Amino acid sequence: METTETALQLVPFRGKWDDEDVKHLLKRTTFGARPQDVAHLRTLSIRKALNELLTDEPAPPPPVNNYNDEKYTDDEIQPGETWTTSINYDGMNNGRRRNSFKAWWLGLMLNQNRSLREKMVVFWHNHFVTETNMVDNALMCYRHNALLRQHALGNFKELVKAVTKDPAMLKYLNGTASNKKAPDENYGRELQELFTVGKGPGSHYTEVDVKEAAKVLTGFRNDTITYVSLFDPGRHDSSDKTFSDFYGNTIIKGRRGPEGEQELDDLLTMIFAQDEVARFICRKLYRFFVYHQIDADTEVSVITPLAAVFRANKYEIKPVLRELFGSRHFFEANNRGAIIKSPLDYTVGLCREFGIAFPDATNYADQYGLWLAVQNQASAMQQNIGDPPNVAGWPAYYQEPMFDKIWVNSDTLPKRNVFSDGMTTGSIGRNGKKLLIDVIAFTQTLPNPADPVALIDDAVRRLYMLELPDKDKEYIKTSILLSGLQDMKSDHYWTQSWQNITAKPDDTVNKTNVTRKLKSLYKYLMNLPQYQLT
Amino acid sequence: MQRRDFLKNTAIAGVVLPQFLSGFSVKAMAQTSLIPASGHDLTNDRVLVLIQLNGGNDGLNTVIPIDQYGAYQAARSNIALPQNKILKLTGADATGLHPALAGIQQLINEGKAGIVQAVSYPKPNFSHFRATDIWMTGSDADKILPTGWAGRYLNDIFPGFPDKYPNETMPDPLAIQVGSVVASAFQGPSFTMGLAISNPGNFYNLIEDKTDTTSNTRWGEQLAYLEKVSRKTDQYAGVIRKAALSVTKQSDKYPAAGKNALADQLKIVARLVAGGLRTKVYLVSTGSFDTHARQAEPDDTTTGVHAQLLGRVAEAVSAFMDDLKGLNVADRVMGMTFSEFGRRIKSNASGGTDHGAAAPVFYFGNAVKAGIIGTNPQLPANATVNDNIAMQHDFRSVYATVLQQWLNLPPDDVQKVLMGQFPLLPMV
Repeated sequence: METTETALQLVPFRGKWDDEDVKHLLKRTTFGARPQDVAHLRTLSIRKALNELLTDEPAPPPPVNNYNDEKYTDDEIQPGETWTTSINYDGMNNGRRRNSFKAWWLGLMLNQNRSLREKMVVFWHNHFVTETNMVDNALMCYRHNALLRQHALGNFKELVKAVTKDPAMLKYLNGTASNKKAPDENYGRELQELFTVGKGPGSHYTEVDVKEAAKVLTGFRNDTITYVSLFDPGRHDSSDKTFSDFYGNTIIKGRRGPEGEQELDDLLTMIFAQDEVARFICRKLYRFFVYHQIDADTEVSVITPLAAVFRANKYEIKPVLRELFGSRHFFEANNRGAIIKSPLDYTVGLCREFGIAFPDATNYADQYGLWLAVQNQASAMQQNIGDPPNVAGWPAYYQEPMFDKIWVNSDTLPKRNVFSDGMTTGSIGRNGKKLLIDVIAFTQTLPNPADPVALIDDAVRRLYMLELPDKDKEYIKTSILLSGLQDMKSDHYWTQSWQNITAKPDDTVNKTNVTRKLKSLYKYLMNLPQYQLT
Repeated sequence: MQRRDFLKNTAIAGVVLPQFLSGFSVKAMAQTSLIPASGHDLTNDRVLVLIQLNGGNDGLNTVIPIDQYGAYQAARSNIALPQNKILKLTGADATGLHPALAGIQQLINEGKAGIVQAVSYPKPNFSHFRATDIWMTGSDADKILPTGWAGRYLNDIFPGFPDKYPNETMPDPLAIQVGSVVASAFQGPSFTMGLAISNPGNFYNLIEDKTDTTSNTRWGEQLAYLEKVSRKTDQYAGVIRKAALSVTKQSDKYPAAGKNALADQLKIVARLVAGGLRTKVYLVSTGSFDTHARQAEPDDTTTGVHAQLLGRVAEAVSAFMDDLKGLNVADRVMGMTFSEFGRRIKSNASGGTDHGAAAPVFYFGNAVKAGIIGTNPQLPANATVNDNIAMQHDFRSVYATVLQQWLNLPPDDVQKVLMGQFPLLPMV
């Protein structure tokens, strides 16, 4: 049941709901604003639009065996069948299954519905980091990911509890190595520092709290055959644990036997009684979805009321997101285009907004191969899903003062440009199937492509969150779109060429000419800094 | 060769000085500043290479206090190195190195490397991220600085960056990070002073920049940044490519590409230094020293994760030094390692070590004063889980020394950059 404290609500957005508003909402909550999604949400009220974005979806079908080749055949799992039913893990299948998992995940982003779920899965992955390199077991990585997806729009406290007992996390943060003789502090520390109360101004947990939490958490380990976690009372420290005055000097009563597991509930109850938990998560959501900087005014007028909503709703995630995305603050002009695209926003968003075609499920080998190719590109731009650089996640989401500026530097900016250029030339391919923007098809979706001025206006509006100065658009028209035509200054030649596309589709000379011009246009637009912003 | 040409050429290589000062080595002059004018020219060419050991290196299994072997063994019997396998250092019987560090041992014994014992800061922080920030920014444990220590140094000697650069006196990047993300150590007051490159041969010509943004909005500020990066990338791509292409032969001591990421990074650094870049500071990094469990193999503690990690460092640094020598630039380069913290004296029951306090720093170069600075850490007879290695040297003393004595930054500026006075160490 969702409830809100009315006194602390953000001011709701009540403006005219137009294409630009919907585009902003979609760019932030999904990977790219596809034109058909903009058109659809436009017909709804903002309340109904948010309801749709926050609707629960069934779990997607699991990843399949796409990895048989001349060097390896999985005797247990047929090609095209899922390998997630198998607990037979070895060095031969593990790397291939991990790649299958990463490709599958990227594919879920590419094929996402109008839903916040996939963005939230990335948010939680960045929050509760595990690294496939260190977990080193594709099945555990898949199950961890499924767990994040299941809880992505659910209850945060339940999510923390589930993650704490998750086999991948137990392995990643040494929970499996922890026992009463040697409580490992790693998870006990990160649970507080990174996952719940954080390092903000209202967080004052101590080293004692780290040690005591580590003791509470002893006993969890993984079954090394089935890769599920279990509670092993023999490894649990059943002494009483005393916490600092930040936690009101709480004593968690030590319990013996299977009941020892219940101390985890006591620990979470104690931690979640701290107001800072809600504030910490709301700040992180704000940075992920709205803007990297949180000044004193934003802390009071946005974070505080959001945190109150979070607490009043017993840490349900949806009411917070509904409040944030339904607020006037979210839609303020100043917040639009204010985020530098993450590599996932950049690569996946580009594929979705341009409607790039991928092979369908009947051709799973090429489909997964091309999904993985996009994943590799995002990885080269510093966002390798499944393997953030460390337990704090990607620095772009937390490292002051640069934040999202970290994504773009002398190494990654050229890579972004190489990627977008390649999408106009078909540089990524597999078995003759190329990832390629169909520039004619894309242009046909614009309202008035026969008019070069309108074409550039509309393309800019479609691809950017920002307006481009008129002199730049004039330069693009004369130097890029019309260059090479008989009269560079004449709009008429473009109009004629475009009309010929419809009237005489078999005129290959004309089609080649128009295609070449449009490729240069979109390549140029994607190379401008404006395209980096969302 | 004409005498005039000889002078010109050798001056560039930085080896002319000993010829004229009857046996004084370059090292000796650098320490005593006997000839400030020439010394100044020389330091213009000097380069500092920072090697970050990510994750918190276990200093006690890196530099071992042999004189307290009993206490050492008792505190960490499951990972302690056998006494007869510990590498010896000439003239320092009480201190030895992990067996994987043969390359470093050789450099120390040759007088080309040294150790600063027990480096840390008051009130050490055990969070990877906070501790890394402290090392990167050079802040007190309880202060948060928005700028990095190397960024402040570069801002001091190259005022007006980035707007006035590149220019005739400094046509090259001020600092280079090998890897795709610039470390916060290079963060200057408003702009990062460092350039990130993953492969110097792989640069892409950015398109001509058409927009000039002065907007006072959130998006305007981001756009201005993007345009600046775009322009900087373009400007430096040429000089970096030129420098990289001018070096065609490098040491054969490097492992094959992809086998040792640190060696691959240092190989790029050597190439750019020898290629003529006047870049002052390079930063490379390698992980992952967060060895909570199974740090060493139980049946042979000289093997395992930590041995592999240290082995890679030694291999990379040895090959790098050999390369610098072959490229005739060894006198211009000084390197040092650092890690955000050390680990506890007592090992844990999973054959690992938890986050701790002080740890040793290695430094190396033709011109360094070799040896061990400081004494072995004092180990308690019965170490408990809370026992840490106490600080002997503030990490900012190391920074102050390299800034003042290697990079020749005037003492007043050193104090300004480090926001306080820190005693110098006999490293150079």
